[in-house]
Amino acid sequence: MSAADTTIAVRDPYHVGHAGESRARGHGGGGPASRRVVVGYGFWLFLLSDIVIFSCLFAAYAVLAGATADGPSSKQIYDLNRVAWETGCLLASSFFCGMASIAVARRSQILTQVTLLITGLLGVAFILLEISEFAALHAKGDGPTRSAFLTGFFTLVGCHGLHVTVGLLWLGTMMAQLFAKGFRADIRRRFLCFTMFWHFLDIIWVAIFSLVYLVGTKL
Amino acid sequence: MSFFGKLSWNAIPFDQPIPLTAAATVIALFTAVLVWIAVKGYAPYFWKEWITSVDHKRIGVMYCVLGLLMLLRGFIDAIMMRTQQALAFHAQGYLPPEHYDQIFSAHGTIMILFGAMPLVVGLMNFVVPLQLGVRDVAFPTLNSVSLWLTATGALLVNLSLVLGEFARTGWLPYPPLSELRYSPGVGVDYYLWAVQIAGVGTLLTGINFITTILKTRAPGMTYLRMPMFCWTSLATCLLIIAAFPVLTATLAMLTLDRYLGFHFFTNTAGGNAMMFTNLIWAWGHPEVYILVLPAFGIYSEVISTFSSKPLFGYRSMVIATMFICIVSFCVWLHHFFTMGAGGDVNAVFGIASSIIAVGTGVKMYNWLFTMYGGRLRFTTPMLWSMGFMITFITGGMTGVMLAVPPADFLLHNSMFLVAHFHHVIVGGVVFGVLAAIAYWFPKAFGFRLHEGWGKAAFWFAFVGFYVTFVPFYVLGFLGMTRRMQHYNVAEWYPWIMASAFGILILIGGIVCQVIQLVVSIRRREELRDVTGDPWDGRSLEWATASPPPVFNFAVLPHVGGVEAYWNVKQRAREDLRLGQEPHYEPVEMPRNSPTGFICAFFATVIGFSLIWHIWWLAILGFVGAYATFVGFAWRDVPEYVIPAEDVARIDRANRAVRQEALAGAPPS
Repeated sequence: MSAADTTIAVRDPYHVGHAGESRARGHGGGGPASRRVVVGYGFWLFLLSDIVIFSCLFAAYAVLAGATADGPSSKQIYDLNRVAWETGCLLASSFFCGMASIAVARRSQILTQVTLLITGLLGVAFILLEISEFAALHAKGDGPTRSAFLTGFFTLVGCHGLHVTVGLLWLGTMMAQLFAKGFRADIRRRFLCFTMFWHFLDIIWVAIFSLVYLVGTKL
Repeated sequence: MSFFGKLSWNAIPFDQPIPLTAAATVIALFTAVLVWIAVKGYAPYFWKEWITSVDHKRIGVMYCVLGLLMLLRGFIDAIMMRTQQALAFHAQGYLPPEHYDQIFSAHGTIMILFGAMPLVVGLMNFVVPLQLGVRDVAFPTLNSVSLWLTATGALLVNLSLVLGEFARTGWLPYPPLSELRYSPGVGVDYYLWAVQIAGVGTLLTGINFITTILKTRAPGMTYLRMPMFCWTSLATCLLIIAAFPVLTATLAMLTLDRYLGFHFFTNTAGGNAMMFTNLIWAWGHPEVYILVLPAFGIYSEVISTFSSKPLFGYRSMVIATMFICIVSFCVWLHHFFTMGAGGDVNAVFGIASSIIAVGTGVKMYNWLFTMYGGRLRFTTPMLWSMGFMITFITGGMTGVMLAVPPADFLLHNSMFLVAHFHHVIVGGVVFGVLAAIAYWFPKAFGFRLHEGWGKAAFWFAFVGFYVTFVPFYVLGFLGMTRRMQHYNVAEWYPWIMASAFGILILIGGIVCQVIQLVVSIRRREELRDVTGDPWDGRSLEWATASPPPVFNFAVLPHVGGVEAYWNVKQRAREDLRLGQEPHYEPVEMPRNSPTGFICAFFATVIGFSLIWHIWWLAILGFVGAYATFVGFAWRDVPEYVIPAEDVARIDRANRAVRQEALAGAPPS
């Protein structure tokens, strides 16, 4: 036990809270964490809360999945080919988003802009595929007002689509910011949050792909 | 569809004198305040120092002001309900059913979401960074956004007084009643958008404070050295980020049902109304712990300080807090045992609901043992805390009764239930908030509140509370259900009159509270808190001046144990001098920003236009909100620097007073 530890023990008669304590910043021992850790951590918490929203929509979908009200069932309307294309677009988009992270780390403006543009175009392709699916269903009279099952389906998948759309808006703004402000520390932190958001959308999509489309075509 | 959607002159209730008079009074008062600010030339001061402030202390104070105002509004609703029932024996009373239904819905919504929540969040805002020994929260501008989004929600609810109507569905809009078919008016829409917008604000607060507590504590402030209030705030914020998204999703589903004809909760096309009840309580039950956990933290601080002892069983207190935090997610079904989920399911939730009382029991004993053998000072905050302990035990025990499913089948939806939840919410949260205001007021404003009027307010409120709410237990046993506009059962009448008399005593308490504030402001010089440590406190907020400088601490404190400030103070008392003067450095602080206020402006526009189906205005609102975000993201200088000399000057002034007090005080 060092001299410093002894003084702490004297000042801490209850022997609470200093056995093997971490000196890492942000764990109490070493004071506040760096701005990058704080921002990233806060954004993680936001994503977790967003996952809770999706959990509710998944739960609602699961409850209502059988309530077709004499309308079509999941087996009759899901088209796995289109879903495969959608999945491909979104995963490839995430790959290019990862490339953009490398480009930002290397401070290359041109590479950053190009990879982000590809990321965005693949996102747009995904959205267009989803819109075509929704439009086709709506045209057949199988819109969200047809049955509780379709209500749950449109809301869950549509909420993900809405997230992608907002992500695209953010992506465009992010590109403009990177271009105008360069690789400033605060811009890089914001970019970190964007990449987290974009990958998070993939995670949600994998759950939708598996639990909605794959399970739905089997049942 | 007209240019202004569903909005027309018919929205103003010209034929109903009560809401019209109330609205006119509120508008007149509001205008008077605005005119007073403008005439006195205070507008720039309020804009620069308060509305655009990102200082957690200012934001905390504004939250509390909002909460207190809404508490008054909700209390007026309560007076109306009590007087209506007092007059409605074999009669119609003075409130027609459709108005009475709006009043009890608004009472619940306002008290929980716009009274208690802002007060709890406001206290967290003011206290947590000071107790952790840091200069601000993790995301100061986001904090301002949270505040103003909450204010937006409150504004929309109060707007329903003069434009249109409020929900008639109770504070939780159960479908199918809340569906468009049975509630075609704008009342439910007001509820949905007000709560949705305020809920987003609360969620952001949760994220902000978890990050603050877990990532930005002062050096040496390890988890098991954090003051109890910080622990309970952490637990509350964990509940917020887990529970509020459920609220967001649930309200969004009901919104889709009402606006786009979806079938989540409808009676037709396979919708499932009980899904709403399950989802809303999966938020609603954690919500009551979101409110009461910080209050538990407040009692811990107050009882320890005024017993002049460390908190008894600190670690068991931490464990009990986190236990409640987790188990609060496993009890929601006890709100509707009558759903018919079956004996097994009801048994599981009944047992879980009883077990959660164990965590609170641990806390009760810890508070008692903290007081045992202490040097007690019966100040106002201490009185509120002791009043809480008595009231909460009663409320908790009736809660355990309700947790037994067979008993619940009889007591469900009766006045007994109303008595129970008022015992725990008023006795737990409101008493806690009032204790906290008396306790931390000198820290926020630099002078103490008048003790005599504070004690008078306590005794009026304490006695008034029992006279008002104990009759509800009896009424419940006599078979009276809640939310009755009129009745003709003679056995109920004396108890209802007793309750109405109780609310008179409660009014006395509120009057004393207001007088206390006025008297304290007028006699602030003699109540001045010179040193910044008026109660002989034990945690870090008492280590800085009252009111604290904008940067809170001249240098970040190094924490050497539990009760961070107490140890430092004891050493100073032994040596009869303060620790060595620190080396001062320039401090970087976040610049004020109107972002939060502008966001809330657009949120108000969006909420209002969606309530009234003015689609073009809603789109404009979204565009404006996006432009605000981009404008904020584009700024280049987010911080300003306070020079080391200024920091030194401010800190030396406080050190001088403390040194003087130290020399004058007898050694302990």
